[in-house]
Amino acid sequence: MIDIKNLTKQADNKLILRGVDLRVEKGETVAILGPNGAGKSTLLKVLATLIKPTSGHVLVNGLELKKNHIEIKKLLGYLPHSSLLYDHYSPLENLVFFGNIYGVQEVEQKAIKLVKEVGLSFFLNEPVKNFSRGMIQRIAIARAIVHDPEVLLLDEPHTGLDQGAISILNNVILSMKEKGATTLMVTHDFKQAVEICDRIIIVKNGKIADDFMIENQNLRFVSEKYELQVEGVS
Amino acid sequence: MNLFRTALFLAKKDLYSELKTKQILTTQIIFAGLVIVVFSFAFDPANNTTKAVIPGVIWVIIVFAGILGLNRSFISEQRNDTMQGLLVAPMEAASIYLGKFIANFAMMLVVEIVSIPFLFLLFDFKFLGSFPYFILVIFLGSFGFIAIGTFLAALAANSKSSEMLLPLLLFPITTPILIGVVQATKIILTNVEKLSSAIAWIQLVTAYDVIFFVVCFLLIDYVLEV
Repeated sequence: MIDIKNLTKQADNKLILRGVDLRVEKGETVAILGPNGAGKSTLLKVLATLIKPTSGHVLVNGLELKKNHIEIKKLLGYLPHSSLLYDHYSPLENLVFFGNIYGVQEVEQKAIKLVKEVGLSFFLNEPVKNFSRGMIQRIAIARAIVHDPEVLLLDEPHTGLDQGAISILNNVILSMKEKGATTLMVTHDFKQAVEICDRIIIVKNGKIADDFMIENQNLRFVSEKYELQVEGVS
Repeated sequence: MNLFRTALFLAKKDLYSELKTKQILTTQIIFAGLVIVVFSFAFDPANNTTKAVIPGVIWVIIVFAGILGLNRSFISEQRNDTMQGLLVAPMEAASIYLGKFIANFAMMLVVEIVSIPFLFLLFDFKFLGSFPYFILVIFLGSFGFIAIGTFLAALAANSKSSEMLLPLLLFPITTPILIGVVQATKIILTNVEKLSSAIAWIQLVTAYDVIFFVVCFLLIDYVLEV
């Protein structure tokens, strides 16, 4: 589904990504771990077509990112730190707008269904500016999946969420996985990573330092691997 | 086709936002009203020479009220990084430019429809010139000004002092348009016998509009890159 070869990104004479090679199969749920400044979010932004790579090749669903960015964008659902929502718009208006941009059929019904799924149907027509952080994040999740993307790119999606919102987010990711979606999730939350992901990638200094599968939701195994790679502790 | 469809969705979104918040249009209309009132006090409407001021006042309103709208156009997309939401959507950067242009142009036309009759009323101006040509000049001048302004607003939005940067970039580039439309408006309103001169100015402005619209359309991809 995603094939990255020798990807580099340089900004202001600083190499952020230093030759990343990565292959993610369709339906995989991958957590990207790493210390601050390692290049995790940059990797996600390159995949989301927000920033252009300095060199290297990125293929999504067999399509070259540079040449087919519009086709690739249709496959992607991107959820960064910010909500990407219009404050004075209601959840319904936000989702209908983005759904229209993505060419979603019967967009209003789809939007109502999604708002219901994230547990905010009582607030369907309230402006987003009156919402709490958790509520905004739930609508942001609905926005990211309004067009049923085949690839979900999530940048620290659990940050600042209460247990209810975390559970809703995890259910959304797992239901997308059941539908065959591929998920790449940048996170610092090992517990959530272990709970919903099949595979862990550790990024350090712009390179992939480790890449392994998770078995039996073994949190300790992941922590040890991370400490070994990032903090040099065995 | 997709380019125009998404541009229209974006323009509709901006205009609907304006309908809800009433931030830009209200400011623009209040500004236009103030300019007209101040000028109507400064120049005696009974004096014939005052009529010569009217073309200038019309374009002062369009330029400065326009800048108020242009400044907000891309800055409003910085809140919650909504610009990123547009950039990751399956639409060309040119589509974003076109959508913003349509919204800005529509708001500018509303300001003109409200303020120009008010100006004529306060200055007790009897329209004796060519009305279709007057409309054409206002349309072409606003089109060029907003087309270039929308592009430069996208460019300036990433700067910390974007509100200062936009006029600094905009005025030198739009000077040929402004000279052309002020001259054409003056001839059409006060000296309609020299219509051929006005047509020459209109042709110049039209050529400038087309060239800059196409250039902005092609270059916007580089401006909107994160």
